[in-house]
Amino acid sequence: MHFQLADGLLLSVYVTASVLFILSLGGLANQETAKRAIWYGMVGMALAVAATILAPGVGHFALLGATMLVGAVIGLVVARRVQMTGMPQLVAALHSFVGLAAVFIGLNAELELASIGSAVEGTELAGFAAKLASKTAAEILVLKIEVVLGIFIGAVTFTGSIVAFGKLAGWIDGKPRKLPGGHLWNAAGVIACVVLSGMYMADAGFWTIVAVALIAGGIGWHLIMGIGGADMPVVVSMLNSYSGWAAAAIGFTLENDLLIVTGSLVGSSGAILSYIMCKAMNRHFVSVILGGFGGTGEPAAAASGEQTAIDADGVAWALTDAESVIIIPGYGMAVAQAQGAVSELVQRLRGKGKTVRFAIHPVAGRLPGHMNVLLAEAKVPYDIVLEMDEINEDFADTDVAIVIGSNDIVNPAAQEDPNSPIAGMPVLEVWKARQVIVSKRGQGTGYSGIENTLFYRENTRMFFGDAKDSLHQLLSLLD
Amino acid sequence: MRVPLIAVRQVDMAKIFVAKETDPGEARVALTPDSALRLRKLGHSCLIESGAGEAAGFDDESYCRSGVRILPDAEAGRSEADVIIQVRPPSLPAAESLRSGQTLISFFWPAQSRELLSAANRAGATVFAMDMVPRISRAQKMDALSSMANIAGYRAVLEAGNSFGRFFTGQVTAAGKIPPAKLLVIGAGVAGLSAIGAAVSLGAIVRAFDVRPEVAEQIESMGAEFLLLDFDEDASGDGGYAKPSSPEFRDKQLELFHTLAPEIDIVITTALIPGIDAPKLWLEDMVRVMKPGSVIVDLAAERGGNCELTVVDEKIRTGNGVTIIGYTDFPSRMPEQASLLYSTNIFHLLSDLTPARDGNLVVDPQDDVIRGTLVAHKGEVTYPPPPPKTPAVTAPAKRRQAKPLSPEEKQAAELAEYHARTRKQAAILVAGASVTIMLGIFAPASFMQHFIVFVLGCFVGFQVIWNVTHALHTPLMSVTNAISGIIIVGALLQIGSGNIIVLTLAAVSVLIASINIVGGFLVTHRMLAMFRRS
Repeated sequence: MHFQLADGLLLSVYVTASVLFILSLGGLANQETAKRAIWYGMVGMALAVAATILAPGVGHFALLGATMLVGAVIGLVVARRVQMTGMPQLVAALHSFVGLAAVFIGLNAELELASIGSAVEGTELAGFAAKLASKTAAEILVLKIEVVLGIFIGAVTFTGSIVAFGKLAGWIDGKPRKLPGGHLWNAAGVIACVVLSGMYMADAGFWTIVAVALIAGGIGWHLIMGIGGADMPVVVSMLNSYSGWAAAAIGFTLENDLLIVTGSLVGSSGAILSYIMCKAMNRHFVSVILGGFGGTGEPAAAASGEQTAIDADGVAWALTDAESVIIIPGYGMAVAQAQGAVSELVQRLRGKGKTVRFAIHPVAGRLPGHMNVLLAEAKVPYDIVLEMDEINEDFADTDVAIVIGSNDIVNPAAQEDPNSPIAGMPVLEVWKARQVIVSKRGQGTGYSGIENTLFYRENTRMFFGDAKDSLHQLLSLLD
Repeated sequence: MRVPLIAVRQVDMAKIFVAKETDPGEARVALTPDSALRLRKLGHSCLIESGAGEAAGFDDESYCRSGVRILPDAEAGRSEADVIIQVRPPSLPAAESLRSGQTLISFFWPAQSRELLSAANRAGATVFAMDMVPRISRAQKMDALSSMANIAGYRAVLEAGNSFGRFFTGQVTAAGKIPPAKLLVIGAGVAGLSAIGAAVSLGAIVRAFDVRPEVAEQIESMGAEFLLLDFDEDASGDGGYAKPSSPEFRDKQLELFHTLAPEIDIVITTALIPGIDAPKLWLEDMVRVMKPGSVIVDLAAERGGNCELTVVDEKIRTGNGVTIIGYTDFPSRMPEQASLLYSTNIFHLLSDLTPARDGNLVVDPQDDVIRGTLVAHKGEVTYPPPPPKTPAVTAPAKRRQAKPLSPEEKQAAELAEYHARTRKQAAILVAGASVTIMLGIFAPASFMQHFIVFVLGCFVGFQVIWNVTHALHTPLMSVTNAISGIIIVGALLQIGSGNIIVLTLAAVSVLIASINIVGGFLVTHRMLAMFRRS
């Protein structure tokens, strides 16, 4: 026998780890404390894993060491290699892992449970199995509910995240796609899962929960397939939340308080992020999940007038004249990988003594806070990157607003046209700036498919072309 | 909706000529070397009479460097030019000698100088009056009246300081305490706001009065105190200007000024109402009660003055030692600044008139700004213009402020809201408690122990996550990715199993959870390290 931690000691390590996890999340309140707080999280995780390995019932150390090592190396390589524009995909992929692990652990719990029944009296039961053996009938029932919940949430998270990953990485078409019949399939799936769970409680056998896992996987797949690309901030936050709840459910199954605490922290974190994202789009969570924009019946006012184009020379003139500039980046900046050029532009303009700031809409990009990370990567100082509420009133005093690859989040129709599909969505009031320059690939509409009346305003100039090329052209004119 | 454009002249390059201003004492010039450079980019070529910019501080050589051709006398320029730009309106003979098809851009005051306008029109010239630029946001860049008013306001403070025997700012020195100067600005238009800004930055205590209540915010944003007259009348007129006020209102206003007069050191009056003489707001008896050494600057002097004792174009000293400044040429007293702003206004107008940037002037009468500014075109007097299609900038539809609530009403509203919140919270708590009790009845005690942990975990999560800054939401997601890798603990507890399926599934779980932990933490660390302050 190797050295084993006493139960009390194990729990005390878990308490420490829980506190460290809370601190690591709390530290994200600002950029400086966050750099310290991340270490709390790492130390907490190291303590928890080390203590668990030393706990009674853990075995097969060679296999354990090998799998952990392989996993760690993969994690290391991925973390090193991933591009900041690829963060949404990475986050989605990591969610899917948590979901899959939850499914496996849930299945294992049932297998162990079944093995106790068949165990011969007097056989020594190891680890988790030993714990299960001491349960009453009511406790076993609760345990079974927990197992089913864990597997269900885990499976939805797993396949949902895989689809989200595919859409974010561009491997699956970003457009919403549903089977004919739409959400009826999902409803039918949920009902089937409930029936199967009932059968499982009634000891119908292992196959029932495997079926639950498969059907739940189908639901997750179909659900996320039906949601469009620009709703991804909500989807990813939602899956973040689910991965937490899955971990918490597994924590209940295993009677492990550390898992419960961590799962509930992650679950509530994702829930809050989803709430913030929905609020920023003025949409109900349910309508995002069910997919598509709801029509209001009456036609939205069509944009009239014409778009006025401007060339790099004109933009350079406008910027030379301007004293204050606000840049509004969107997903288009990430797609064009233009953040480096944007940063260069900011440095030039700031070098000339101009006030340059960024306005970030909460749902800009494909991940909450995505733009902030891209700008940070491009070495834009974070204290000039402001969120919508901090900067929206300043547009009126701004000489030039530069919109780079964003569309719906700067559409005045949200405030002016009650019949617009995005009516009531909080938007950045760029049109109040003296002049607005919109860098855009072509004359198409945004994700929601609605005309942006901003482009037709008399103080708006369209700077057509790939954002990166346009900016490089502009930079060559600004010295 | 666009109508066909009318091309004025089919020339490759419009020649723009600037003559020396002929009015005595006028130091401004309509073209600066800088604006000449920018006009060239529009495809125009510029000519200037030798010495035209001298009074404003721009010598011939600096124009030459900007590619401006210097002409020895004005006559050659006038005959050669397609466009003549200047500051002051032309003299009658000059207007008569305009060529057919020639364009003149200057201050023109078409309402006051009908004869001049018809003379220019008879000559067949196209005339743009810089004083007629409509007050809509798109036209702000060519609003020369605002540019000049801005300078006048600034200069008024300097002129006042020049005649005022004390500091503006308050100081405590070894030699004694210096009280700050107290300034009153009447009329918070562009000039008034500019005066407020200049006086505040010199350290004076500034109060400002205006009959339009909506400017209170602008006054306060410049650092002055808005004098509120407790009277229910809004004197905002069209185009952001004031309109005449009722006699009762005026009495109240004068009463207020009378009580202020003894303690005010400097008064700057800028009150103008379009179309009529300046209202008399600072009466003789107010001047009489002011302290000796006080200064009054009357920016409305050209239109008769706001002060009863103002003498146009002069600085006088009253019997009780109050200086009253009635100059009318404040912009010209800062010729370089005034020329820079005015020439930029002109450039912007020409830029709108040259949409193709090819030196080809195009007059588009459908354009509100062009139409408003255009006073004579193709043998037709086009003044006054039709009302603009776009509403003026500073005249928002009567923005009546909601009646301020009385303290009792406010308290009642707060109390009602507090009660509503209390009820909502109590309802949630009761609902939550009932769910928990139901659970407690059916679920075993061992479950409830973990349930407590779960509920507290959610609570802590909610409290902590709300404090996370928006900018760090991506790192938040990746760090929660990492810590949800804690699910590895579950897999570790199962990996000791003898069942081969359990062992396999547990091993796979350990593998992928490790990816989560290591990948999540490292990528978060990488991201956080990128965030830096400027």
